[in-house]
Formats: sequence, C-alpha cells, structure tokens
Amino acid sequence: MSALSALLVRDMRVAVRVGGGALMGALFFLIVVTMVPFAVGPDLNLLARIGPAILWLGALLASLLALDRLFATDYEDGSLDLLMTGRVPLELAVAVKAIAHWLTTCLPLVVIAPVLGLMLNVELSAMGWVALTLLAGTPALTFIGLIGAALSVALRRGGLLLAVLVLPLTIPVLIFGVAAADAAIVAGASFGPAFTILCALSLASLVLGPIAAAAALRHGLE
Amino acid sequence: MAVIDIANPTRFLALVNRLLPWLTAATLLLFAVGLSQAMHAPDDYQQGATVKIMFLHVPAAWLGMFGWGLMSIAALGTLVWRHPLADVAGKAAAPIGAAFTFICLITGSLWGRPTWGTYWVWDARLTSVLVLFLLYLGVLALYWTAEDPGRGARAAAVLSLVGAVNLPIIKFSVEWWNTLHQGSSIFRMGGPTIDPSILRPLIVMAVAFTLLFVTLHLAAMRNEILRRRVRAMRLMQAQALAEAT
Repeated sequence: MSALSALLVRDMRVAVRVGGGALMGALFFLIVVTMVPFAVGPDLNLLARIGPAILWLGALLASLLALDRLFATDYEDGSLDLLMTGRVPLELAVAVKAIAHWLTTCLPLVVIAPVLGLMLNVELSAMGWVALTLLAGTPALTFIGLIGAALSVALRRGGLLLAVLVLPLTIPVLIFGVAAADAAIVAGASFGPAFTILCALSLASLVLGPIAAAAALRHGLE
Repeated sequence: MAVIDIANPTRFLALVNRLLPWLTAATLLLFAVGLSQAMHAPDDYQQGATVKIMFLHVPAAWLGMFGWGLMSIAALGTLVWRHPLADVAGKAAAPIGAAFTFICLITGSLWGRPTWGTYWVWDARLTSVLVLFLLYLGVLALYWTAEDPGRGARAAAVLSLVGAVNLPIIKFSVEWWNTLHQGSSIFRMGGPTIDPSILRPLIVMAVAFTLLFVTLHLAAMRNEILRRRVRAMRLMQAQALAEAT
C-alpha cells in the first residue's frame, strides 16, 4: 500500500472511531436545521424559500466545526512532524488528509441533506439538485478550510480563530452554491452557470488549498 | 549607504527618525491644499454637495486595497526572500489598511443613503469590500493571538497572499456584475470621465492620504521594532532572574 493511500485509510479510520467525529458533523447539521424553524417561524412558504440557504449554511458550519480536529490531534501526538519531515510531499499529504476529512465529514452531510430538505419543505423534485450542489461545493469548503486549519494549528489557537479566517474565503462558494440550489427550485433557470462556477471553485481550491496549507504548516511550525 | 542597509533594523530606525518629520510636514501641507481645493470644487449637478464625500470615500477605498497589496508584497518578502523587516512591514500595514477600508465602508454607506436611498445593498462591489474588511480582521486576529511574533507573522503572511485574490475581484466587480455601485470612472480604458474640476481635488486628496498612509506605516514599523526589542529585553531579564535564583 503506498504511503498516501495508507494515510487516507488511517485518517478515515481515526475519523469514524469513537472520539472521531464523522457522524458528529451530520448530527450538528440536523440540529442546526431543526433550530431554524424555531427561529423564523413554521411558515412553510418562507421555509421553502430559504430552505436551500439554510441547508448550505448548516453544511458550511458543520464542516467548519470539524476542521479543528484536522491537524490538532496529529500535532499533539507528533504525527504532523512525521508528515512534515517524511518523503511524501507535504502538499500531497495535506491534500489526502483533506480528502479523508471530506469523505468522513462532508459526505454524510450530503446524504442527509435531502431528509433535512423535507423538514424545510424544499420541493421534492429539486431535492436531488440541492444535494448535488452540496456534493460539488463541500470539497471547496473543505479545501479552503484546510488553509485556516493549518494556520490555526501553527499558532495553537483553535476555535473561533479558525472560523474568522475561513468564513470570508468561503463566501464565493456559499454565493454560488445557494444560487445554483435556488435556480434548481425555480425550474432550472440558471442552474448550469452557477453550478459550473461552483465546480470551478472546488477544483481551484483542490489545487490551491493544499499548497497554501502546506506553506502555512512549514512556515508556522518551523 | 546602499538600499540593502535598510534591512538592518537599527539603520532603518535611524532613517525613519530622519524622514518622519518631513513626511509629516508634507502630509499636512497636501491635506491643506487638498481640503481647500475640495471646498472650492463645484457641486455635482445631480447630487449637490454630497458629491464631496467622494474626496474621502475614494482615497480610503484605494488605500484599503493598497494596504492589502502592501501586505502581500511584505508576505512575499517574509516567506520567499526572508527580508528581516518584511514581517514588520506587514504587521504595521494591517491596522492602517483595515481602518481605511472601514472608513470607505462607512462613508460609502452615508453617501448611499441620500443618493441611492439605502445605507447598504448586497451588490458585488460592496460585498467584496466587506469581505476585504473581514479578511483584514482575520489577519489582525492572527497577529494578536500569536504568542511568538515571528510565527504569527509568517501565518499572517500566508493569509495575506491567499486573500490577495480578493483585490482584482474588488476592482473588476463593477464590470463583471450588475452593481448599484457605479462603474469605474477613473482607471478605465478611455481615460477618466470625471470633470477635471472635481478630478483634480480628488487626486490631491488621494496623494495626501497616501502620504498619510506612508507616514503612519513608517511610524508603526518603528513602534513594532521597538516593541520587539522591549519584549526581547523582558525575556532576557526574566531568564537572568530565573538563573540567579
């Protein structure tokens, strides 16, 4: 088994074990989506209108909260030092960790999004498209969040600092994700353009995120 | 004295101490000229006297973006060329740029109320400048929460480079999207479309504000170098105390 695939398997195993947090993100997503009707009122029309936005915000916050753990546990037990001094390029190692994070934290969000959409009265026909926008957009959230995670582990400050750093950078993803999801509900008006840009953002962050995160780790932890 | 000598903090401090009085005087002089020109500038045919908010709003916007550009170049100096004073330059520029961006947002909002009828609108230009302000706050958070100034500076340098992607988005936002904010009227193909009687005070005020930025920036760099020296001396004192007992 090559080094990168071993790293991927290891990260996924750690994430799904007790104390990991793979399903914790999905649980948080569920709770946030449940709280919104308490806040805005149970008017089904209103919920249908803001449903995609709530799903996107919930997914954003859920993936953000799990990013803390991405590097923190490795930093504490020394595996981050091993990764940084190993033969595998740090950019690739970091990208593989992000992929493992996406598979274990964000995929469950995409899977339960249609169920939560039911609670928010999102149109059934559009539910699949909304989940598709989440599937295409959550990689961008993960890889942009990777930069914030690397920056905050270098400074050993977790929590809200990570959110403050990452959220402004994820605003374009949120804008186009919700635009695509809304377009799917209004009978596919401009779903194509918004969705394509969303995919472009994911692909771009797939490349740039690991580079910036590796630079942050190298310079911050030297 | 070659340019490279400025990399030495002591020589840099000596240079700043010599330059700062002249820069301060030049800034005050240009502000005097600019403000008097601004007061005598004609009213806009549509907006009346409210157009004069532009003499504050536009330079603040330019300098907010200039601040982030300066931080990005300083970031390159920190990460790539390992210039000794690059991280000091970046850390000094962040609060000043953030302040100018904040002034831009506030004056723009106050200008929008009488002319557009609203204090705020989520169009591309306003949103991207707000994102710039949030990025500034993020960089400031990195500087303030780092225990080790050098490490915090390097992390902030990475964030400065990542956030630099926002600058062309701000510049071209009025062209790429339908915005309530007006399009480019100065830096555009075909030259400025503002009447010279208003453009001239604007340029003078912009130069005055730039000199203000440079003056404040050099003073802030001096303060940061002195602050680090104080910190180093405190650490040495604490270590001496610990060894004595």
